[in-house]
Amino acid sequence: MARLGSKEGSQVTRFISLAVIALLLLAPLFLSEFRLSLLGKFLSYAILALGIDLIWGYTGMLSLGHGVFFGLGAYCTAMYLKLEATGGGLPDFMSWSGLTGLPWFWQPFEHGWFALVMAIVLPVSLAAILGYLTSRSRIHGVYFSILTQALALIFVILFVGQQPYTGGTNGITNFSTIFGYDLAAPSVQTVLYYISVFFLVATYLFCHRLVNSRFGRILVAIRDSENRVRFSGYNPVWFKTFVLALSAGIAGLAGALFVTQVGIISPAMMGIVPSIEMVIWVAVGGRGTLTGAVIGAILVNAAKSSFRESFPDAWLYFLGFLFILVVLLFPDGITGLFTRLSHRYHRVTSNISTGKTVKSVQPLESNRV
Amino acid sequence: MGGIIVYLDGITVSFDGFKAIDNLSTYVEYGELRFFIGPNGAGKTTLLDVICGRVKPTKGRVFFREDIDICRKQEHEIVRLGISRKFQTPAVFANLTVFENLELSMRQNRSVFSSLSAKLTSAEEDMIRSNLEIIGLGQKANIKAGSLAHGEKQWLEIGMLLVQEPELLLLDEPVAGMTKKETEKTGELLRSVAVNRSVLVVEHDMDFVRDFARKVTVMHEGKILCEGPVEKIQNDPKVIEIYLGRGRETNVKH
Repeated sequence: MARLGSKEGSQVTRFISLAVIALLLLAPLFLSEFRLSLLGKFLSYAILALGIDLIWGYTGMLSLGHGVFFGLGAYCTAMYLKLEATGGGLPDFMSWSGLTGLPWFWQPFEHGWFALVMAIVLPVSLAAILGYLTSRSRIHGVYFSILTQALALIFVILFVGQQPYTGGTNGITNFSTIFGYDLAAPSVQTVLYYISVFFLVATYLFCHRLVNSRFGRILVAIRDSENRVRFSGYNPVWFKTFVLALSAGIAGLAGALFVTQVGIISPAMMGIVPSIEMVIWVAVGGRGTLTGAVIGAILVNAAKSSFRESFPDAWLYFLGFLFILVVLLFPDGITGLFTRLSHRYHRVTSNISTGKTVKSVQPLESNRV
Repeated sequence: MGGIIVYLDGITVSFDGFKAIDNLSTYVEYGELRFFIGPNGAGKTTLLDVICGRVKPTKGRVFFREDIDICRKQEHEIVRLGISRKFQTPAVFANLTVFENLELSMRQNRSVFSSLSAKLTSAEEDMIRSNLEIIGLGQKANIKAGSLAHGEKQWLEIGMLLVQEPELLLLDEPVAGMTKKETEKTGELLRSVAVNRSVLVVEHDMDFVRDFARKVTVMHEGKILCEGPVEKIQNDPKVIEIYLGRGRETNVKH
């Protein structure tokens, strides 16, 4: 896999990454307002996918509840946006539900900075508690996945049920300004788009450093043999707790960026189905490679939008078919396919030349065990 | 160096009423190479599990270096004390290279935060390289561990234990599934690593035991049947009846 890739592999990756960044920076020049905000949404999904890749692709913990962490980040931001829209008054859904005053836990969200800090801190805290309890009790594999799925279900039920405080099924929407700037203005949306690009690149670089450190190798080691990690003197509990919390923080950041550009967050966007979809992005792009997570999130969502526009009746079938195809034919996703092709290419070229470069090329047989 | 490195005091391990180990007491001295043999179900692997903290004994206590009570510690803490364990089926990190496997295993500060900023020093690299030579994988440093042959994985795992610089090494059937040549090489490896430390080996392969063992403990149904040098064990009628005889039968079948 490209994660521990050879020099050639990392050069190719670097070139592709730079090209993608350049394209993203230029996108406002040739995309319509609608398309740009769509792309901005995909970028926030790509950030989320990076977080999921850390925990699933590298550490091997399949979380089917990342929608919750994403949703918490989005809700925190939405609470601030809503309060700014009402100008300190009671949000509409609260007065419909019979509340007369702003609940105490809503009050600090008048301040944008508080909301943005909470958009990260809340998911991190929840994930840290969940991560500590599950790894300390040695809950692995499918049991961990089921627990995270239960978490997603609980949160959806909670958010739907507590309509006076959360906006219920409709969620929170109808925003007007962010830090005093008009959210509907194209220039503001362009700035928000660039902020998303910035955070995507920053998160990518951060994750890149992380997975190439010794810490990153310990994550892969936990995936391969957690027992051996434990019997090498490491306490996997702290590593797993840390990476789950980190991944949740990234999801919270993604949620915050999402809500500013999409203008709504509702329980339907944080439940079980979206949580599973998030994992699928990473699977399609290539689990265990950071570029794969980003590519998967953008491509799957782009495909989803274009199918939906062109084939309103059949798009879901297309999408399902695409997933099945990728999982069956390219188990390492899109990046896995490219790595395989480039290995084949390098093997051919190094056979032609002296063959002395072979050492720096990753041996082919190590590709998959 | 004399003295006792690990002392098991009246250990009983029961799983749902079945006593895998029954009131067993023994000790291993510093620098000793000790073999535990016995038929299937004798409790050999469970014994190693108790010493490395994987299984907590129902009764009894295990002391390391005279005064450290192991049963109160978690597995990773026991490793940090200087007890390393090799499993029966090789447990290596398949998606990391051979070198990286050793890098993670070496004695170091194993907290999350130090792993975030850890850099490989040249002294550490030299140490890993020399251990790679000892286990005979010097040429395969950059190959992923998952693509090694079975025997090589076993050696890699032994190497991963060596770089932990343990005082006590626990090996569970280190030559299981190995060819004759690999078995010989493993034996040589064991002899050389046993020089500076105590090694405790659980083994089925009687030829291997005869070739390499100095002192043997025979276990049967969770208890110690007898203990002593190989020659004495081989001629003990009880041992021949419960273990060696049966071993010969299975050897014939092979």
